[in-house]
Amino acid sequence: MSGETPTTVDDVDIGSPPAVSDPEPMHSRRREFLVVVSLYVASIVFALVISAVLVAATGGSWRAVFSAMLDGSLRAPGRWGTTIGVAIPLLVVALGTTISGRAGLVNIGQEGQVLIGAAFAAYIGVRVGGPGPIVLLCLLVGGAIGGAIWSGIAGALRYWRGVPEVLTTLLLVTVAFQATGYGLKNEDLLLAPFRGDRSVRNPVSEQLSETERIPRINIFGNEFPISAFAAVLMAFALVFLFRRTLWGFRLRMFGQNARTARRAGVSNVKYGMGAMLLSGGCAGLAGGMMLSGGDFGDYKFTPGLSNGIGWDGLLVALVARERPVLIIPMAFGFAGLRTGSGFLAATGVERQISSVVQALLVLALLIPPAILFIRSRRRALAATRART
Amino acid sequence: MGGFFSAAGDVLSNEVSYDAAMRFAVLLVFAGIGETIAERAGTLNISVEGMILGGAFSGAMGMDIAMSQGLGVSGAVAVGLVFAVAAGVAVASAQANMSHRLTANQFVVGLAINILVLGMAAFLNSNLQPVTRAAPSVKIPLLADIPLLGGALFDQTWPLYLVYPLVPMAWWLLYRTRWGLEVRSVGENPQAADVSGIDVNRRRREAIYVAGMTSGLGGGYLVLGQVGSFEGSIVGGQGFIAIAAVIFGGWTLRGVVAGCLLFGTVNSFRLTLGPLGHDVNSELLSSAPFLVTIVTVAIFAHRSQAPKALARPFIRGLN
Repeated sequence: MSGETPTTVDDVDIGSPPAVSDPEPMHSRRREFLVVVSLYVASIVFALVISAVLVAATGGSWRAVFSAMLDGSLRAPGRWGTTIGVAIPLLVVALGTTISGRAGLVNIGQEGQVLIGAAFAAYIGVRVGGPGPIVLLCLLVGGAIGGAIWSGIAGALRYWRGVPEVLTTLLLVTVAFQATGYGLKNEDLLLAPFRGDRSVRNPVSEQLSETERIPRINIFGNEFPISAFAAVLMAFALVFLFRRTLWGFRLRMFGQNARTARRAGVSNVKYGMGAMLLSGGCAGLAGGMMLSGGDFGDYKFTPGLSNGIGWDGLLVALVARERPVLIIPMAFGFAGLRTGSGFLAATGVERQISSVVQALLVLALLIPPAILFIRSRRRALAATRART
Repeated sequence: MGGFFSAAGDVLSNEVSYDAAMRFAVLLVFAGIGETIAERAGTLNISVEGMILGGAFSGAMGMDIAMSQGLGVSGAVAVGLVFAVAAGVAVASAQANMSHRLTANQFVVGLAINILVLGMAAFLNSNLQPVTRAAPSVKIPLLADIPLLGGALFDQTWPLYLVYPLVPMAWWLLYRTRWGLEVRSVGENPQAADVSGIDVNRRRREAIYVAGMTSGLGGGYLVLGQVGSFEGSIVGGQGFIAIAAVIFGGWTLRGVVAGCLLFGTVNSFRLTLGPLGHDVNSELLSSAPFLVTIVTVAIFAHRSQAPKALARPFIRGLN
């Protein structure tokens, strides 16, 4: 707005104060806060009402659905432990997505990265011998490397061939499913050796031995793996990295304006590839945690082990608007929708309703920030107009 | 290697393989045309997958409703196609208004829409279970007797023929109308377009609506003209391949159609290689369209000029 500075005294309106500086800032701030909160509440309610209408329209009772969801995620014995178990990979995937998001990259292939990570972890867990905890560490690192390789393909194509990473990450999801499916058909790769006790061979890997599993703790009958604490620690570590380190600052600069960042000495390839590898690595680590955590697949690698966790983790990151601390409650909430939907069978409502609710929530939660942004833009424009 | 050449020879000399390739390619052409227009206006519209799926489910529902009203198969298919287009436009309106009125991130919106449509279609399908039948085949005399290609091009279910007028219509719209010129300018230089009085975000929304129409129609063709019944995994990422075809084709209609034919052919190998007696690894066959897409796009993406403002939101005074 540099061109719009008043040049003569007549241009400056002294009678009324400029619209930007409010006479009652305290009052205005409270009002602003109320507007923000009510916008968010309204959009969440809107999403839930649409879901309720959908349930009612197909002959279900939304009260029963709501109650069953609460039972399945929190109230029934042992359920909130299960919900935490599901929330762990969601959280880790979402943290990884935050890193690529900060760098302005759109990695939306977490589902495939989780699956590849879990496959790498399963291979290492079954093949590598040695003391359990060390194998466990190896398989988690291996999972992270697997995920990083998968996202690294997309990153490499982005920086060396100019292919949009949005597209390649998506296309690689299907390839990941087929690749792991191939691995589960070969005994050299993932398939459990034939024991001759069953006529039909299921495509599953061997089970991780007891010492190679993440220990589980039990609180009031609620069991969950201790990787929960590690995941929460990761979230806070990421906050620290973003806010207090040069890397975090440069990453954000790179994400907001790659050209400026390059002028300031931030290598685009280095930071872009780094963010891509880290986000895929987190997804792969989540896959390793799913395999060795016990809430998915009974410590065996199965064809659909990722089970939509990659997609949901991505949604968690989007809903939390890429703030690591907000991701923790969001991951728990989305995990609750998932574990809650397991109790829906009794109500006669299809369990896909939970993914409808999730997507509606994501869409609805996109609206308030957009409205607030437009509002602040309009105000700024009005303020400049008032001044000139 | 010998196996590869004999397989290629078998495929090239067999009418059935052309027929299957055409049927797979046509869905991509339907979606790819609309996607080209949306991308020329500056939206990398990943909700095209959701548009196809929404169109497919809605098309199945439309046919079910029309059949229960006593319409014949062809009439019901026509009703279904209208429903399919309507659903495509509905999905498009969500994408368009959220990304180019509220200026939310277009990828986030597109992804959420895809997941929403996927869940919604699965949910409604298990509740409503639409009963559908494939549209009847119509053989165009003389033309269908051309060796090898005749059957593939002119002896198909009638919704497929809609693609023939659609391609020149899209070309005319994009290159011979004022609207098309404005759409292209909005994707290249939105600031300049804005200054010359074009409502940038409006043109972008309209381009997405066009993408919704053609992709919805493609979904209708998929369920009523190709597969014959609806299932939740019916689209299976083909929308993303259509996006890749747009990049492959360098954002020109001619190139996009060529890309769609190529990727459709690779896609059809799943169906054609087995019956021809070639035992190819099934995982490799299923991922072949995606692998070929990635590799070809990696080779060709550099050569062509993307719309300059592709995937950049336009907010007046901010760019």
